[in-house]
Amino acid sequence: MMRHRLTEIYVLTMRELKKWYRSPFLLMMTLVQPVIWMGLFGKALNLTGLLRIPDELLSQLPPNITAQIASIFNTVLSKFFGSAEVDYFTYMSVGMVSIVILFTSMSSGMGIAWDRRLGFLNKLLAAPIWRGSIIVSRVLAGVLRSVVQANMLLLVAIALGARYNPLLPLGPLAAVLALFMLSLGLASLFIALGVRLKTWESQMAVMNLLNLPLMFASNALYPIEMMPSWLRTVAQANPISYAVDTVRQTLVLGTAANTSTILINLGVVTAFALTLTAVGIALAEGGLRRK
Amino acid sequence: MTAIVVEKLVKTFGSLVAVDNVSFTVEEGELFGFLGPNGAGKTTTINILTTLLKPTSGRALVGGYDVEKQADRVRRVVGLVPQELTVDDDLTGWENLMLQAGLYHIPRHEARRRASELLELVGLKEAANKKVETYSGGMRKRLDLISGLMHRPQILFLDEPTLGLDVQTRAAVWDYIKRLRKEMGMTIFMTTHYMDEADSLCDRIAIIDHGKIKAVDTPYNLKTSLGGDIIELELTADGQGLLQAVQQVRGVKRAAYVNGLLRVTAENGEKALPAILETLLRDGVRVGRVMMKKPSLEEVFLEYTGRKLREEEGSWEEDLRRRFVLRRARA
Repeated sequence: MMRHRLTEIYVLTMRELKKWYRSPFLLMMTLVQPVIWMGLFGKALNLTGLLRIPDELLSQLPPNITAQIASIFNTVLSKFFGSAEVDYFTYMSVGMVSIVILFTSMSSGMGIAWDRRLGFLNKLLAAPIWRGSIIVSRVLAGVLRSVVQANMLLLVAIALGARYNPLLPLGPLAAVLALFMLSLGLASLFIALGVRLKTWESQMAVMNLLNLPLMFASNALYPIEMMPSWLRTVAQANPISYAVDTVRQTLVLGTAANTSTILINLGVVTAFALTLTAVGIALAEGGLRRK
Repeated sequence: MTAIVVEKLVKTFGSLVAVDNVSFTVEEGELFGFLGPNGAGKTTTINILTTLLKPTSGRALVGGYDVEKQADRVRRVVGLVPQELTVDDDLTGWENLMLQAGLYHIPRHEARRRASELLELVGLKEAANKKVETYSGGMRKRLDLISGLMHRPQILFLDEPTLGLDVQTRAAVWDYIKRLRKEMGMTIFMTTHYMDEADSLCDRIAIIDHGKIKAVDTPYNLKTSLGGDIIELELTADGQGLLQAVQQVRGVKRAAYVNGLLRVTAENGEKALPAILETLLRDGVRVGRVMMKKPSLEEVFLEYTGRKLREEEGSWEEDLRRRFVLRRARA
């Protein structure tokens, strides 16, 4: 019984993955947007650059005053960005990596609406398979896809000049785990929506409604500490913030990372993922039940 | 054993009765057809029998299993080839078949053997490793057909198997259906709104309209049940009063008069027609146009439903609404 379910999940997941890796154009296109965001925001909106003292100013001031100014600026930088050594591009690039997870996981709900429309879903439902296989395989494929794409963006960021300082040896592993969990939760949610909403048009509407607010009301682009208190509350409830912070702590801050914060973050993201997976599977199974 | 038993099956969507108290049986090895216009409830019936929809009331046994209570058992013995082309465009023909094999837990070597056999049978061997998006409509339909056969179902459901195909391709698909049936000997339940298709493929036909079965029999019996040739006369004056006289003519079995059209069923129409004309002229009624038709399923349909299959006159708005509701409910 269990082996049968695993076979079903395997063949359906492979179907999804084949569609994805066989269309390199689509794969590139999903990366183009985050790369543009990264280029425009990360390079142009150099927030940490504002807090650096220009060289000509330095040379005009007496050393004890420049030291004081530097110490003030460094304190501000550390408070907001976690470390005085971080440049803004590096800071926000890990945010964009999580945003890729958000965008890709969201779009994984679209396929099921197409399958419904094309009649493929009916063929699956007429087969003696566990209804859950249809959902679990989609979630799996969605998660794999988004984690791979997130890692590809990480490579692009390095090529564009991001300076990472990973917390070794377990840091990178924790980062991938956080991204995996974030994707698991989001993909489950949007696949359940895909089953329930039935048409891809209404799904697009929901995605467009949610993607930008979820991105901006998080610490992906700006430090939470810089936000007004109401927005800070929203950002602190946003699971993306916990994933972003995990990746940031483990890949950017190096030894300045706070292990207990990382563990708490991972706990929150995992709890989020497991809750939404359970809710998503229940919702989706209900949507696939015959009427 | 009886392959399909349907008793007093009803399916409603809101206020719309899609399947209205339908009962019929299909014997093992039989090719049984549902003939009716779009929106008649054909696909809804298939969807109930293949466990995609729940019946509102009534009972259906497929392969001896109750579709409501033993859905998983039913799914094991049926194959479904839906109306739409459901093969996956992004995969190759071979991969589509292997996907299907995986869903039915067919061992890999057995799946390979069956796939090459089936591809051979429908002439797709060369195209097997090409992506389906490069296939023509006819090739896709053939692939769809055999992907429904990978698990060797006892009972195969074909929903409008030649919908949207051109004349040559349709004929080819009919050939494949006949050949597959001969090779594998399964029971087939199909729906169609093409008279010629029902006529050339089905052992028995149920005529269905507005969710109700109007007649069930072999195409031959249905045609002979009309009792002969059909003569239609367009009258220039009211012919209501002449029915009696026409019915007296030798060879005439039935006569009906609707909106200026006198419809006569007669044995040996060639001989009856001159006599009918004489009768009419004697009473001073002139005939604008005469048509004589040999019995066909088209005539059978008209006889049982009182309307033509293609051009649904009269309540076309009602029919459109019906079709719309059914389509939505199915999605």
